[in-house]
Amino acid sequence: MQSTANRDLLVGLFVLLGLGLIAYLSLQVGGLSVRDSGGFILYATFDDIGGLSPRSSVRIGGVRVGRVEAIGLDADLRARVQLDLDRELELPVDSAAAVRTSGLLGDQFIALEPGAEEELLVSGEEFAFTESAVNLDKLIGSVVHGDGLGGGD
Amino acid sequence: MDRVRRLGAATLAQVAEIGEVIRFGGRILGATTRPPSRWRFFLAAVYDAGVLSAALIAASAITVGFVLGLQLYNTLTRFGAEDSLGTAVGLSLIRELGPVLTGLLVTGRAGSAITAEIGAMRTSQQLDGLRMMAIDPIHFIVMPRATALAFVMPLLSAIFVVLGIFGAYLIGVQLLGLDSGSYLAGLETAVEFRADVLQSLVKSLVFGLLLGLIATWRGYSCEPHSAGVSRATTSTVVTASICILLADYLLTALWSV
Repeated sequence: MQSTANRDLLVGLFVLLGLGLIAYLSLQVGGLSVRDSGGFILYATFDDIGGLSPRSSVRIGGVRVGRVEAIGLDADLRARVQLDLDRELELPVDSAAAVRTSGLLGDQFIALEPGAEEELLVSGEEFAFTESAVNLDKLIGSVVHGDGLGGGD
Repeated sequence: MDRVRRLGAATLAQVAEIGEVIRFGGRILGATTRPPSRWRFFLAAVYDAGVLSAALIAASAITVGFVLGLQLYNTLTRFGAEDSLGTAVGLSLIRELGPVLTGLLVTGRAGSAITAEIGAMRTSQQLDGLRMMAIDPIHFIVMPRATALAFVMPLLSAIFVVLGIFGAYLIGVQLLGLDSGSYLAGLETAVEFRADVLQSLVKSLVFGLLLGLIATWRGYSCEPHSAGVSRATTSTVVTASICILLADYLLTALWSV
């Protein structure tokens, strides 16, 4: 009887360990959220989002505050990005969104620059000011063809 | 002409066995809902297949993690991208290496043992003895072991993945001096629940179901003599390994659709 009880204890520990690790993989590593910090949806429209993809991060001054939920085209065929941000975030209406790259060849993310207005953005609204991704190909092209850096297209 | 006839006979025999296996699977499935639940046997099988495999899985996972850490680090440094080590290790372990290697290891460690056990029971006519006492051997012997294999596989796979990530962490961060933050952040940003973690769990569950079916079937249907048991055990390892690798390819292909 003692050995059966010991065996059952080990089986129980094994199952708990396995389920715990599955939970760790799902919640921590997989980013499945139970408390659901998001829910503050904002839209931003860009001419060029470069290599931005869903689940890319959204940051303010390097601090992660949300993620890219969806990317699509709007009626004018410009890239329209849906952002899912922390609900506690208070962004003035004149805040700006820019597509940035971490490092020279790193992941692309959206950097938000908070504005100065008193009025705050509410869920579902759109950023008034956006800045597109720096396109490395275009940049190299403009240097090679002698248009000068940042000469535009 | 004779060759063609033999080919036909071999094909028919193959198809007939597949049919048998599917019927056998159906009988196991039917047995799961029939009382009594055989709960104690299930626990014993979980102990044999799961708890006793955990040490093997843990040791393999740490080693695989070490190797992944070293190899990927060497490759990634060439591009100056060693910060992506966490991403590369995490994705390869969660999507592929975790479920597949766990499946193959459990096949060798527990699947073969179950085939040999059931085969020996059949050889010594214990299954017939059960039938004489009006006890269905599928309900009494086969069902607890098959379900236990399917149950422990996702758990063991999760142990493998986490310890593998930990092993690569030890190499990358502790030994080679990567930044621990960028390792974990790379891991957490790149891995998604639905695309990666759920895929991993579904894969290991499918591998467990396949192994449970194949291991018990090979034992249940083995030729009742010692050479037959040994052949059945070998055949479990071969068939289950190939089925796991094929199923892995199919699931990977279907998941990205």
